[in-house]
Amino acid sequence: MIRFDAVTKRYPDGTVAVDSLELTAASGQITVLVGPSGCGKTTSLRMINRMIEPTSGTIWLDDTDTASMATHELRRQIGYVIQHAGLFPHRTIVDNIATVPFLLGTDKKEARKTALELLERVGLPPHFAKRYPAQLSGGQQQRVGVARALAADPPVMLMDEPFSAVDPVVREQLQDEFLRLQQELGKTIVFVTHDIDEAIKLGDQVAVLRVGGHLAQLASPVELLSRPIDAFVAGFVGRDRGYRALGFTTAGTLSTRGEPTVTLGAAIPKGTDTDTWLLVVDAQQAPQGWLDLGADFTGHETVSDELLYRGGTLATQGGTLRAALDACLSSPSGRGVVVDDGGALIGSVTAREVLELIEARETERQP
Amino acid sequence: MATSPTSPASDAGDIKAVPVRHYGRWLFALIVLVFVASLLSSAIRNDNFKWDVVGDYLFADRVLRGLWLTIWLSTVAVVLGIALGTLLAVMRLSDNPVLRWVSLAYIWFFRGTPVYVQLLGWSFIGALYSTISFGVPFGGPVLVSANGNDLITPITAAILGLGLNLAAYQAEIVRAGLLSVDEGQVESAKALGMTGAQSMRRIVLPQAMRVIIPPTGNQAIDMLKTSSLVATIGVADLLYSVQLIYAQNYQQVPLLVAACIWYLLMTSILSIGQYYLERHYAAGNVRELPPTPLQRARARAASVRFGGPGNPG
Repeated sequence: MIRFDAVTKRYPDGTVAVDSLELTAASGQITVLVGPSGCGKTTSLRMINRMIEPTSGTIWLDDTDTASMATHELRRQIGYVIQHAGLFPHRTIVDNIATVPFLLGTDKKEARKTALELLERVGLPPHFAKRYPAQLSGGQQQRVGVARALAADPPVMLMDEPFSAVDPVVREQLQDEFLRLQQELGKTIVFVTHDIDEAIKLGDQVAVLRVGGHLAQLASPVELLSRPIDAFVAGFVGRDRGYRALGFTTAGTLSTRGEPTVTLGAAIPKGTDTDTWLLVVDAQQAPQGWLDLGADFTGHETVSDELLYRGGTLATQGGTLRAALDACLSSPSGRGVVVDDGGALIGSVTAREVLELIEARETERQP
Repeated sequence: MATSPTSPASDAGDIKAVPVRHYGRWLFALIVLVFVASLLSSAIRNDNFKWDVVGDYLFADRVLRGLWLTIWLSTVAVVLGIALGTLLAVMRLSDNPVLRWVSLAYIWFFRGTPVYVQLLGWSFIGALYSTISFGVPFGGPVLVSANGNDLITPITAAILGLGLNLAAYQAEIVRAGLLSVDEGQVESAKALGMTGAQSMRRIVLPQAMRVIIPPTGNQAIDMLKTSSLVATIGVADLLYSVQLIYAQNYQQVPLLVAACIWYLLMTSILSIGQYYLERHYAAGNVRELPPTPLQRARARAASVRFGGPGNPG
């Protein structure tokens, strides 16, 4: 547990970066600090491992006042990941990861063995161990950065915009893997980002800070979306928040209707139905896309890949309302495809049905 | 690679690649070669160089003794200079203002006066301080005391003069190297829990080496030759040794040529050492290091033995 007790950072020129912050980051949870530039989120983070010293107030690490510890001792107990990974270019990947164990005097062989395990854990192949950071892509370097922070198995991790320097696709991968990793490890994590979507995706609780270092709201992501405390938070949380909040509500069991299908590679059925869209599945009943029966099939005998419309997303039975609604809205036929956990087709729902479900939820919540 | 039957080179048998012909390049190469060859032959065939005398004295006892002195004197001075220079550079970048100012003053003085004067100064130290003692200053107890003239022999004066002067220059070289390391590296090192000394030794210095080594190699090579100044304080290094010989036999040119051959040999060895040292500290900076001349020669020998790319063995 990390507890900020009336922590203030005032610079000699009078600028107040953080103003009597009261905040508790619960053990085993991800606390995200989010806010616009200059809101003091990074300053707050860096005060935890005393890269920046607070002007007043106390930061408690469990029952220890962090100010009472030697800085290097404190920092060895706290993993730290920064934006560009900050790897040491003159050291191999495995030695980069083993930096803190080396400092703690762990046997070199032992430390490298642990480092190799961590390399695998963050999803990198073992032959990367002997490479140098410059030989890795940005996303790979960031994974190494995370592995390095985990190397001494610290109970606490600080992450300063770790995923903001990589492209959106890689960022999403890293976020997903980070969540998976956190499920296994259960570290106490304080995570700084300027990206509210990232905050909502990753945080168990989200602290929104406003410029001048004031805590505007501390809440769970769903609460933040549904009940922003003031105009600033509402503005920062941004548009689409109603839609995004659906991502936190499970749809329950959707009552689907059966969907006629054709198997990939089978003969193209002649237009018998009034409805022009036919769902195509593979041999395992996994939906592949839609076939437009009104189209011109000259030169095609069977249902092949290039005839498919693949625009529709899939909703999982037991998934969120957001995924269900999105499946309907993105489907060319207007029918959202619902699959089971194995990816096999269950049936379809319409947007109207999902909306009815949402309305039913609303009436339940507000009697 | 070249010997593998599946290598793409062997499949490309029907494409005949002809390298671009650089006629201009060939022409200029020819002109320069002719010029260099005529210069060399003029030196070799000129009897005034007296190559037989050069040969006689190249391995003469006195010359070799001078050579040995030059080697170890330069080595000691360079080691002293690098060690002290590094210390001065770290002091100069320290947060402690006293250390910063002392370092600055040192560099100001030793870079600002001729090394020749510094050498003479050290050799006169006995006249300035008749006894030299170490102990608690300003009237405290004396721990060690020695006669100035006994302590500072000409050799000691030479080492101090050359080494302390080098340190001033080396301090600036090391400082440039330290400043070339990205600040984020120090941040990272601190955040991981390194103390200041640990981050300096493990993170900053190894990376600074890339910038420090080339000019330091320069300094070492320069020191080999600057060390010839010690002749003025009566230390018989390589140059002074040949000077003593030609003072007797008046064979100035061949003896100076002999000395230069030794200087060239020593600097060549140093250059090779510098090349490999640079490669060592380039780790992680170049995606793939180019092969050394030795590796290239070996690869060429291997490809000749097993047949070239278009001709799989």
